[in-house]
Amino acid sequence: MEIAISIILGCCALGAGICMGIGAVGPGIGEGNAVSKACEAIGRQPESKGSVTSTMIMGCAIAETTGIYSLVVAILLIFVAPGMFVELLKSAL
Amino acid sequence: MKKKNFRFAVIDVIYIMMMTLPVLFGIILKILTNPQSEGVSITGAKIYFEIPMPLQNLFITEAQINSWLVIISVLGLCLYMTHGLSVKAKTKRQVLAEWIVEKTESLVNESMGDYFKGYAPFIAAILALSAFSSLLSLFGLFPPTSDINIVAGWSILVFILITYYKLKGGILNYLKGFTEPIFVMAPLNVLGEIATPVSMAFRHYGNVLSGSVIAVLVAFALSGLSSLLLGWLPGAIGEIPFFRIGIPAILSVYFDIFSGCMQAYIFAMLTMLNVSGAFPVEEFEKRRQKKLLKKKI
Repeated sequence: MEIAISIILGCCALGAGICMGIGAVGPGIGEGNAVSKACEAIGRQPESKGSVTSTMIMGCAIAETTGIYSLVVAILLIFVAPGMFVELLKSAL
Repeated sequence: MKKKNFRFAVIDVIYIMMMTLPVLFGIILKILTNPQSEGVSITGAKIYFEIPMPLQNLFITEAQINSWLVIISVLGLCLYMTHGLSVKAKTKRQVLAEWIVEKTESLVNESMGDYFKGYAPFIAAILALSAFSSLLSLFGLFPPTSDINIVAGWSILVFILITYYKLKGGILNYLKGFTEPIFVMAPLNVLGEIATPVSMAFRHYGNVLSGSVIAVLVAFALSGLSSLLLGWLPGAIGEIPFFRIGIPAILSVYFDIFSGCMQAYIFAMLTMLNVSGAFPVEEFEKRRQKKLLKKKI
């Protein structure tokens, strides 16, 4: 019983870590691309700095969405899932 | 004249109290209901009381109470800023109020087009509510936007608006839109329709929640570090977590102020884009011209 519970807790923590780690890669690459292109655009046309910056921040926030999803899943895995699974295990036995 | 001035000042004071008292009330409520605790605790909204309802009990949580406090506070702010308006702007508050109204109207006009001119108050309301809800965490209160129920409510409202404007092109056209490009894609299209409000809600809620979670974790780690490094100091001085003073506030500048205002702007922007993008201009024009023709005949 104790071994099973500790396996559940460990797997939840591991899953949260992997989820956050892989989930952060995509938004990182995407935001880096967006910012680099915005820098190029500002370099080419310095007078359009304001609109380029606001559009870039908007795009960055949307690119962040998948990262936020993985964060929500990781938070659920850490704070909600272990208790739920242990309850399930206890009721099954 | 003097009597009028006195009355003006009294109403001003009432409005200012309307702005500040809800926040004070929230802080007092939080102090009274939350027992002092040591260490890290990350919990959801506290449930104050339940109202029995036919299907399920209605929970009145911290998030709901706080969002009502924010609503009252914003109402007080609006009343204060529009108090004593004159044709030529004399007071600073009128200049500020005019600036806000002009900015929102130009923003709405730019991104939504002429048909949606009347949307400026709605967008301004969403912006103010969302921004002030997130900024409530500066007072140590539970920010209502870090509860998914509140944000999901707003995004369901947006979803209703989107569907309403899609239906303006005719029900048949709305149903036909699901079977594009081919008939097999219909389930995916339905899923995509639902994904819009879900992603909006999760984006806003996740951003605000991640800020509070990271702040709590950093504060806990810093207190551990200070007890490790400065624990040898004698007596009560050794127990004070020195590293916890001030350092988490730097994170708070990003997570509470910048991220909160940013998410409010993004939520309003996405609302505008989704609602104006859902409106089928050509179909609507066709239908209107048909109706006009029928009337003439």
